[in-house]
Amino acid sequence: MSDTDSILTVDRLSMRFGGIVAVNELSFDAGRRRITALIGPNGAGKTTVFNCITGFYKPTGGTMRLAHDNGREIALERLNDFRISKQAKVARTFQNIRLFPGMTALENLMVAQHNALMLASGFTFLGLFGAPSWRAAERRAIERATFWLKRVGLIDRADDAAGNLAYGDQRRLEIARAMCTEPALLCLDEPAAGLNARESAALSELLLSIRADHGTSILLIEHDMSVVMEISDHVVVMDYGVKIAEGAPQTVRDDPRVIAAYLGADEQEAIAVMESDA
Amino acid sequence: MDYFAQQLINGLVLGSIYGLIAIGYTMVYGIVGMINFAHGDIFMIGGFIALISFLVLVSFGLTAVPVILLIVLLVAMAITALYGWTVERIAYRPLRHSFRLAPMLSAIGMSFVLSNFSQVAQGARVKPVPPIITGGYTLHKGAGGFVVQLSNVQIVVVITTVVLLALFTWLVARTRLGRDMRACEQDQTMAALLGVDVDRTISMTFVIGAALAAVAGMMYLLYYGLVDFYMGFVAGIKAFTAAVLGGIGSLPGAMLGGLAIGLIETLWSAYFSVEYKDVAAFSILIVVLIFMPTGLLGRPEVEKV
Amino acid sequence: MSGGRVTAPTTDHKPARAHRAAFILKKALLSAFVALVLFSLMIGIRTEAGPTGQLIYWTRFSELASLVGAVFIGSIIVELMRQWLGPAPTANLIPPPVQNGLALAGRLIAPALLIFTLLVPVIFYQQRYILDLAILVLTYVMLGWGLNVVVGLAGLLDLGYVAFYAVGAYSYALLATTFGLSFWICLPLAGILASLWGVMLGFPVLRLRGDYLAIVTLAFGEIIRLVIVNWQSLTGGPNGISGIPRPTLFGIPLTPADDGLAARLGIEFDPTHRIVFLFYVILALALITNWVTIRLRRLPIGRAWEALREDEVACRALGINTTTTKLTAFATGALFGGFAGAFFATRQGFISPESFTFQESALVLAIVVLGGMGSQLGVALAALALIGGFELFRGLEQYRMLVFGIAMVLLMIWRPRGLIGHRAPTVYLKRAEAISSDLVKEGHG
Repeated sequence: MSDTDSILTVDRLSMRFGGIVAVNELSFDAGRRRITALIGPNGAGKTTVFNCITGFYKPTGGTMRLAHDNGREIALERLNDFRISKQAKVARTFQNIRLFPGMTALENLMVAQHNALMLASGFTFLGLFGAPSWRAAERRAIERATFWLKRVGLIDRADDAAGNLAYGDQRRLEIARAMCTEPALLCLDEPAAGLNARESAALSELLLSIRADHGTSILLIEHDMSVVMEISDHVVVMDYGVKIAEGAPQTVRDDPRVIAAYLGADEQEAIAVMESDA
Repeated sequence: MDYFAQQLINGLVLGSIYGLIAIGYTMVYGIVGMINFAHGDIFMIGGFIALISFLVLVSFGLTAVPVILLIVLLVAMAITALYGWTVERIAYRPLRHSFRLAPMLSAIGMSFVLSNFSQVAQGARVKPVPPIITGGYTLHKGAGGFVVQLSNVQIVVVITTVVLLALFTWLVARTRLGRDMRACEQDQTMAALLGVDVDRTISMTFVIGAALAAVAGMMYLLYYGLVDFYMGFVAGIKAFTAAVLGGIGSLPGAMLGGLAIGLIETLWSAYFSVEYKDVAAFSILIVVLIFMPTGLLGRPEVEKV
Repeated sequence: MSGGRVTAPTTDHKPARAHRAAFILKKALLSAFVALVLFSLMIGIRTEAGPTGQLIYWTRFSELASLVGAVFIGSIIVELMRQWLGPAPTANLIPPPVQNGLALAGRLIAPALLIFTLLVPVIFYQQRYILDLAILVLTYVMLGWGLNVVVGLAGLLDLGYVAFYAVGAYSYALLATTFGLSFWICLPLAGILASLWGVMLGFPVLRLRGDYLAIVTLAFGEIIRLVIVNWQSLTGGPNGISGIPRPTLFGIPLTPADDGLAARLGIEFDPTHRIVFLFYVILALALITNWVTIRLRRLPIGRAWEALREDEVACRALGINTTTTKLTAFATGALFGGFAGAFFATRQGFISPESFTFQESALVLAIVVLGGMGSQLGVALAALALIGGFELFRGLEQYRMLVFGIAMVLLMIWRPRGLIGHRAPTVYLKRAEAISSDLVKEGHG
C-alpha cells in the first residue's frame, strides 16, 4: 500500500455558478484505504467538491478518476446522480443529515440496499409472489442492516423512526446507511458537526474501524480539528476554491498559509487549528 | 394580414383579463407558497357582483354609463376583496403551518364552495347582459372587405388594466404595505421579528389579488356580455398557466404571461380550431413547465443538497 | 390571566366572564357584518334571464337576513365551543393514547369490515339501492387505493387521476363495442392502456415538483377530457358511448335468456343477480389492488417509493434511479385506475365525459388525504364516509357540491393528516411500532 496508490484522482476540477467560481482547478488524490480530509474555512468550496464527486453537480471542467481495487477505472464526471452510487460505488452523507425520517432505522438501511434487492426481487415480479430466492435475499439484507446497526450502536433503536433519533444517533445512522451500499469510497460531509467530545471520539473510532475492517477509503470534510488530526492520513486544505496546502496532518497544521487562511476567514477556526497543536 | 391584426387586438384584450387574474395567483404563491385554487372562482364572483350591482344601478334610473361603470367597479372590487379576505381567514390561515397537501385540498374545497354557492344563489343558467359599452373605431379597411375594428369595450378593458397595473406596481414598489409583502415573501419569520404584521400582510395580499380578479370579472362581463357560475374554473387554470409562463412570483411576468396566453388562445382559435383552444392552452402549460420551469421572468431555483 | 391574583379570585371572576362575553359578541357581530356584505348582492338579489331574454332581478332580503342571523348565532356557538374545549389545537383533539388504541382497534376493524363487506349482498339482497351504493363505494375505495400508491406512498401529487379512470373506461367501451371483446379480455387491456398513459404523463413531469406537478397533472386530466369531448368520431363526444356490454361469468351472461346463468342453474331470473355479481367483481378488484399494494410496500420498489417521498436527494445518493421509481408509481396507480374505469363502464353500460371531470379527481384525492396518506384502511373508511355522506345529500342535488366543498375545508382544518395518522413500518426486528405522521414527509413531487 504505497502513497501513489490512489482510489480517487481529482484533476483540475472546476465548478462555476454563473460568474462565481466555487472551485478552481483543484487537483488532489485520495489514497486507497486511507482517510483523506478536506478542510478549509467556510465557503472554501468543500461541499461543492463533494457534490461534484457524488454526481449532484456536473463540473464545468476537470476530471475525477475512480480506480477500484480490481483495476476498473471510472470517470466520475461522466456519470450522473444515482449512477455514482450504483455503478461507481461512491456513497455519501450530508452536512444537514438526510435520513428518511418517517421510516425506521432498519427501513433506512433496507432502502440503501435497493439495487441488490431489486435484482433479487426479479424487479418486483418474483417478490410479489414471494419466491424463495427473494425471501432469502431479504433475510440477508436484514442481516446486513442488523450488522451495521450493531456496529453504530443503534441496534436497540432499529424499529424507531429515524426522525425520532437523537442528533448524534442520526449522524451515525446516516453513516451506517451509506455503508450498506457497500461503497469503495465513502464521502462524509462534516460527520462530527454538532457532536460532543465523547461522540466525536466514538466517531473517530468508528471511521478508523470502517477503514480497517472493510477496506473502505474515506474522504471527509470536517471542521472538528481534533477528529481531522486524529484520524486522517492526508489533509487537503482549500480556500476560495483553490488548494492552498496538502500533506500529513502535522505538516499542514504548521503551514503558515493554512493558519493565515483560517485567521483571515474565521478566528475561532484558526484558534482551533492552533490549539490542536498544543 | 388584416385578419391577423384583428386577432392580435382580440388576443391582447383577452390577455389583459388573464393577466389581472394571474397577478392574484402569483402574489399568493410568492408569499404563502400555495396555489390558491379558489382564485378563479373569486374572479367569477367578481363578475357576478359586477353584474348584479350594474342591474341594480340601472333600475335606480342611473343613465350615465361612465358613472355606472365607476360605481360598479368600486363595488365589485370592495365586495370581492372581502371574499378574498374571508377565504384566507377561514380556509387557509388555520392551515398555514400545516402539511402542504392540507391547504391545497382546502383550497380545492373552497373553489367548490364558491362556484356552487353562486350556482345555488343565482341559478345555473348563463346570465347575459346587453352590450353596455357600444361603438368603436374602424382602424383599417382591407382590400378584401375585411375590417379591422377596435371597439370601445376593448379600449376600456385595456385602459382599465393599464391604470390598475400602474397603481398596483406603485403599491408594491413604494408603499409600506408593498415593502412588507416583499419582506414576507423572502422570509416570514425574519419579517415578523422585524415588526411586520405577517397575518395582516398575507390578508392584504389576498384582498388585493381578489380586487384585481374582480376587475377582471367585470371586464369579462363587459367584453363577453355574460357570466356563469362555472366560468371560474377554466379561466382560473388559464390564468395560473399565465402566471407560470411568466415566472411564478414575478408580477410583470404574470401580466406578460397573461398576454401570451390570450394571444395564443385567440390565434389558435382563429387559425386552427376553436374546440381545441383549451387543449392548446393546457398543452402550453405542460410544455413550459417542462422546458422552462422558471418561466419567462422567474428566478432560477438552485437545488440545495 | 387571573392566575397572578391569588388574593381576590372571586372578584376577578365576573369581569373576566363579562369580558369574555363581550369578546364573543364582538366577534359574532363582526362575522355577521362580513356575512352581510358578502351576501348582500349574491343572496339579497336574485337575477334571472326573463322571458324576453332581458335580465330581471328580485330581492330576497328575508333570506339574506336569516342567513346573516345564522352566521351570527353560528359564530357565537363556535366561539363558545372553542372556549370550552380550551386553546388546544384541533389536530390534537384526539389524545395520543386514544389514537394508539384506535390503531390497535384498526387491526380488528379491517377483518371485521372485510367480513361485513363480503356479506353485504346477503344482508341487503332486497335493497337494491344499498347494493348500488355499496358498488359505488367500492369503486371509490379502489380508486383511492390506486391513487394512494402515487400520492400516499411515492408522495407525487396527482390532480388528474381521473384521466386514467377515463382511459380505462373508454378503452373497455371502445374495445367492447367495436371489436366485441369480452369484459375479461378488455379488463387487463384497459389497465395496461391506462398505465401506458401513466408512463406517458410521468415522463415529462419527472422533473417537476410539488404544486407544479399538481397543476400539470390537472391540465393533463383536462386535456384528456376535452379530447374525449371533441373527438366525436371516436368517442361520441358529449353524447358518450352507450350499449356497453355487461360482464359475463366466464362467458355465461347474466340475462333472462335461455343460455343465461339463471336458466342454466334452473333458478328463476332476478335482475339482482347481476348487481350481486358486479358487487363481487368490484370487491375482488379492490382486494387485488389492496393485496398488491401491501405486497409492494414490503418490496424494494415500494420502499423506494416511500423513500422518495421522504427525501429524493438521499435516494439518489443511495443509487436509486428516481426516474424509474417515479414512473413505476405512476404506472401502478394508473393501472388500478384503468381497472376501475373498465369496471365503471361495464356497470353503467353508458359513459360520457361528464363522469370524468376534475371534481372526480378532487374527490379521489380527498379520499386519499382524508384517509391519512398511505393508510389502506384509512382510505377505505374515508371512501365510505365521503361517498356515503355524499349520498345523504342526494335529495338536495344542487347543495351537494356546496356541502362537499365545505366538508373538505372543515375536514382539512380538523385533521390535516387524515383519519389514520400513522405509518406502519414495512419490516421490523422486534416489534412493529406505528410511526407518528408528524415525522412522515409528504413528498415534494
